[in-house]
Amino acid sequence: MHPVRKQRLWLVLFLVVFSSSAIGLMAYALRGNINLFYPPVEVAAGLAPVGQNIRVGGMVVEGSVQRSDSSLEVRFEVTDYEAVVPVVYTGILPDLFDEGQGAVAAGKLDENGVLQASEVLAKHDENYMPPEVAEALEASKSRMAEQSGEQGYGQ
Amino acid sequence: MWTLFHKFGSPPWLYRLSGSILRWLLPITLLALIGGAIWGLLFTAPDFRQGNSYRIIYIHVPAAVVALAGYYVMAIAGAVSLIWRMKMADIAMRACAPIGAALTFVALVTGSIWGKPTWGTWWVWDARITSMLILLFLYLGVVALYEAYENKALAAKACAILSLVGTVNIPIIYKSVDWWYSLHQPASIKFTGGSTIDPSMLYPLLFMITAFYCLFTCALLLNMRVEILQREQRTAWVKALANKGAAG
Repeated sequence: MHPVRKQRLWLVLFLVVFSSSAIGLMAYALRGNINLFYPPVEVAAGLAPVGQNIRVGGMVVEGSVQRSDSSLEVRFEVTDYEAVVPVVYTGILPDLFDEGQGAVAAGKLDENGVLQASEVLAKHDENYMPPEVAEALEASKSRMAEQSGEQGYGQ
Repeated sequence: MWTLFHKFGSPPWLYRLSGSILRWLLPITLLALIGGAIWGLLFTAPDFRQGNSYRIIYIHVPAAVVALAGYYVMAIAGAVSLIWRMKMADIAMRACAPIGAALTFVALVTGSIWGKPTWGTWWVWDARITSMLILLFLYLGVVALYEAYENKALAAKACAILSLVGTVNIPIIYKSVDWWYSLHQPASIKFTGGSTIDPSMLYPLLFMITAFYCLFTCALLLNMRVEILQREQRTAWVKALANKGAAG
């Protein structure tokens, strides 16, 4: 290779490595701001500000969704399996919002640690399958739960 | 290998090669796009949670994948242009930018259309979506920067530097859903370990991704041919080609 071209090649490599590490360090420094939401464990640890607009994301706890009879108010809990944050929301939930599924709620934390949500989004996971496959999977899962129950490993 | 590399620097040779490639690649691409769309839209089962709305995956994911891959093509062309000062590399880099911008735009719009029924919002400033928006601006930036210069050699130099600096965004887009808490779900197609998308849905998706790669190649070659003819319009071989076209 011609020495001039070799020099330019090094220059190009330097440019890419230098700019990548600069932007990489910047993203690392700003990582708290890049996160879309707080996981419940950080809310429980007091890392989320009270009275400011924040988002909390996690799994909707099975059996925690309570709808009001007279209004659109909904209460539910989100968890990351380490801590739980109760959420109150008035409005229409997205179609794919469900117990045991991911959700992101935006709103303000009150003094009691309840998130007064102004917006609730459903978080879809990366699993795609036809309904029949989902049913088969569900069936085999409950069969396995039964077997492990017989062996004494269940709850 | 170097003679082949030098041949790529020859406009008439590249023009003829791209012509003979396009002759069979163009019909294959069209058939693959139509076939893949029919396969994905009509002959796959609906998703167990999203129903039919998931089918936008057959446009969204291929457009996004090729938009990311196309950026590397542009950046590598930019590096070749910086190191070897090859005019054909300038042309390839410039030709990538509008195609990449279009694919990124398609990915953003289809994602937004899918986001409304699935998440409950058209837009959210999460890491994946924001970094994808930056990719769109990078592509548009290359187009704008190139057009801002009268001197094409200078324009190519500036664009090459911009596209090389921008490469850092590609791994950020790809890993954004794993590095940060985002609303966008992690990748369903995995290179290592099992994919979390059912095979009956995965195969038409992989087929569509391949079709989009072909589409990108076709668009790139067509763009480059136009640019080659424009730049070389005063040369003997282009005049001979034009005379032949006018006579035939």
